[in-house]
Amino acid sequence: MSESLSQIFIGTLLANNFVLAMFLGLCPFLGVSARLNTALPMGAATTFVMLVASLCAFGLNWLVTTFHLEFLRLISYIVIIASAVQLVEMVLKKYSPALFRALGIYLPLITTNCAVLGVALFQTAREYSFTQSLTFAAAGGAGFTLALLLMAGLRERLNLASVPNVVQGTALSLMLAGLLSLGFMGFAGLGAGE
Amino acid sequence: MIPGQKQLTNMEELLEGIWKQNPVFVMVLGMCPVLAVSVSAMNAISMGLATTFVLVGSTLLVSLLRSVIPKEVRIATYIVIIATFVTVVDYLIQAISLAVYDALGAFIQLIVVNCIILGRAEAHASKNPPLRSVLNALGMGAGFTLGLFALGAVREILGAGKLFGVALFGPDFQPWVVMVLPPGGFFVLGSWLLLFNWLNSRKTDAAQAKPVEGHAHV
Repeated sequence: MSESLSQIFIGTLLANNFVLAMFLGLCPFLGVSARLNTALPMGAATTFVMLVASLCAFGLNWLVTTFHLEFLRLISYIVIIASAVQLVEMVLKKYSPALFRALGIYLPLITTNCAVLGVALFQTAREYSFTQSLTFAAAGGAGFTLALLLMAGLRERLNLASVPNVVQGTALSLMLAGLLSLGFMGFAGLGAGE
Repeated sequence: MIPGQKQLTNMEELLEGIWKQNPVFVMVLGMCPVLAVSVSAMNAISMGLATTFVLVGSTLLVSLLRSVIPKEVRIATYIVIIATFVTVVDYLIQAISLAVYDALGAFIQLIVVNCIILGRAEAHASKNPPLRSVLNALGMGAGFTLGLFALGAVREILGAGKLFGVALFGPDFQPWVVMVLPPGGFFVLGSWLLLFNWLNSRKTDAAQAKPVEGHAHV
């Protein structure tokens, strides 16, 4: 409860990066990170859903605790997230059909992005206040976008390199992610880490 | 698939998830829990069992209700069904072993968003009768547990010099700590995939080499 907002932000963005340190949201991380121009919108869309989810989860958590319905917490969270994704999908489809097609199946899959549910679950577990929750969600989204962008940049470069056939595909992406994660370990201790 | 081909037998249905369509090594689905909880073999197996339980329960229910669920809201319905089972498993683990519950942490509740489960509900259970769906789910669950164990065992052996908490090497063993830290998860899974890629490429090479050899003789 006593963590300051900047501690939460830096800690979640770098030291406890959602993707590279906590293993949340790996499916889109491996799936959409092939090109830079889809990585950024995907990150932005996910961040937006995270903020909405965090906001709603905060309200819902208050509701279920007040009425002693804790067993409904998980179900209500996931329904809220699904609705938020539906909202983003409709907005994107209307205002940017090209982007909508580029993101393809990964857009509805934000619902099953563990990073989004992770935000809701962790802010509940750590008993964050309202502003702390929002900061946490924003930092989580920013961290996710950052990891996605770094990865996309690396993979675009790798397209030009000659890689043995055996290593190509997911194995290569995972090795890259491992190296990135190794780099991010250098931030350990920054902000509100353990 | 060839249209005239007969359907998979029940046994094949069960085995499919364990080897041919292994969720971890072949489909690379549900990676988040795989990498996050596989720091020890014990954690890996508990996570695998919890996921299998949810998988089997939700596919059974989805398969039973498959003609009742309206097509437009099917995904939402599946998620609510899955979330219900996850809540059950969450309370179950808490009741059985608090130590395991603390070790797995939020990742038990995150089973809800494991793509394998929703994927099975959508791709298999919504089109098949209950028995086949359950067999398929059991196979997938076993394959997932196997994959988790393969990862967890390697990471525990290298990173802590133990397996299931039992020290394997002498007191002089210097643990390779990075293996139990986040980067280790990526590296070990990457290495497993590399191994499978290599085995597959050897198989296709061997298959291609044969006709060429025969040609040379002619």
